[in-house]
Amino acid sequence: MKTVIIKYNAGNVQSVMYALERIGASYLLTDDEAEIRSADKVIFPGVGEASTAMAYLRQRGLDKVIPSLKQPVLGTCVGMQLLCRYSEEGNTTCMGVFDVDVRRFPATPGFKVPHTGWNNLTTMQGPLTEGLTENPYVYFVHSYCADVCPETIAVCDYVRPFSAMLHRDNFYAAQFHAEISGNVGQRILENFLDVDKRT
Amino acid sequence: MLTKRIIPCLDIKDGRTVKGTNFVNLRDAGDPVELGAIYAREGADELVFLDITATVDERKTLIELVRKVAHTVNIPFTVGGGISSIADVSALLNAGADKISINSSAVRNPDLVDELAQEFGSQCIVVAIDTRFVDGEHIVHTHGGRRPTELRTLAWAKEIENRGAGEILLTSMDTDGTKAGFAIELTAQISGAANIPVIASGGAGSMAHFVDVFTTGKADAGLAASIFHFKEIEIPALKRFLSQQGIPMRTTA
Repeated sequence: MKTVIIKYNAGNVQSVMYALERIGASYLLTDDEAEIRSADKVIFPGVGEASTAMAYLRQRGLDKVIPSLKQPVLGTCVGMQLLCRYSEEGNTTCMGVFDVDVRRFPATPGFKVPHTGWNNLTTMQGPLTEGLTENPYVYFVHSYCADVCPETIAVCDYVRPFSAMLHRDNFYAAQFHAEISGNVGQRILENFLDVDKRT
Repeated sequence: MLTKRIIPCLDIKDGRTVKGTNFVNLRDAGDPVELGAIYAREGADELVFLDITATVDERKTLIELVRKVAHTVNIPFTVGGGISSIADVSALLNAGADKISINSSAVRNPDLVDELAQEFGSQCIVVAIDTRFVDGEHIVHTHGGRRPTELRTLAWAKEIENRGAGEILLTSMDTDGTKAGFAIELTAQISGAANIPVIASGGAGSMAHFVDVFTTGKADAGLAASIFHFKEIEIPALKRFLSQQGIPMRTTA
């Protein structure tokens, strides 16, 4: 099986690489269109600022490549946000795979932003959270989030309920960092890597 | 619900843990990778590795250590000690650290906080503050709390937040090592004023001390070293106790 991690200017790619190594999965880190298209699974990670990341993807034509992929794709953190319609961060038009916008957490007394730490998932659906215990904890660090929408497959609550995971066709996304979310995160990555056997 | 975090801290010298530990089932009590993995398995929410050496050769040992930890541990970990440039941070993040922590270098050159946040994002920049109560005021100290600065702790905490720090690691040199409890009032003051998470450190001696720091102290995370290393408090029991006290804790199956 060929797993590709999309290489771009967003940080945190290392953590994803190590997580795959821990579960014994091989991968290729690349921004080459042909390599990405020929992959069995594609992981689109991300940490950083949305408009800068989107500009970089546009320069390399990856903003057209990614939404047209047919194999299972997993976007994480900023990678998930860039798959949405629009992000308030840097007033950024994103790739529009998911029919939802990304907005900043409103300033609310008692809630620090970024939302940092372990929080739990609720109302989980679909193959990626298969085998997990009820309301499992995963690790979040983010200041922007997607509202709950028809494509939401897991909800988290901070200030208000938001989309912790999204799914449409072959596209999956997680707002949290599965790569450092303990055994729960590890299981989600494993589930993604054999998602075609689970659907 | 967002949980409070329990963070064991490991002091590292030449790639080895410095303070002794009381883990009988540890093959090598000085191996930070093995100790880190045990803590992760026991339910620690994050790990902090603090390198207390500084020479160039020892930095290479540290990078190698970070790589091994990243290969082994599946929870977030922070590396601190002797970091003073973008190149230092880049090397540690590339080796697999999730966050880095700076202390004296931020005091010497506050612009470093802005530069690091811009380059790598606030989420991975922890600024550690060592503070001591002197003549009725909380004053920032450097060099392991020995050298006072001109900075008042609350003002400095606000400044580093504005400059882009993602978290504050607040160590009270007055309570550190005493096992008499965290500096509750100061932690509450800083955490109440900051809009970024505050990790409280220094003084943990009992489970009740963690209750105090998470409730009255308003801390987002509690850090300790020797009480965990010497098993005076075990993490699963601590998290169970805190849960029973109504403090949100991550449960691990």
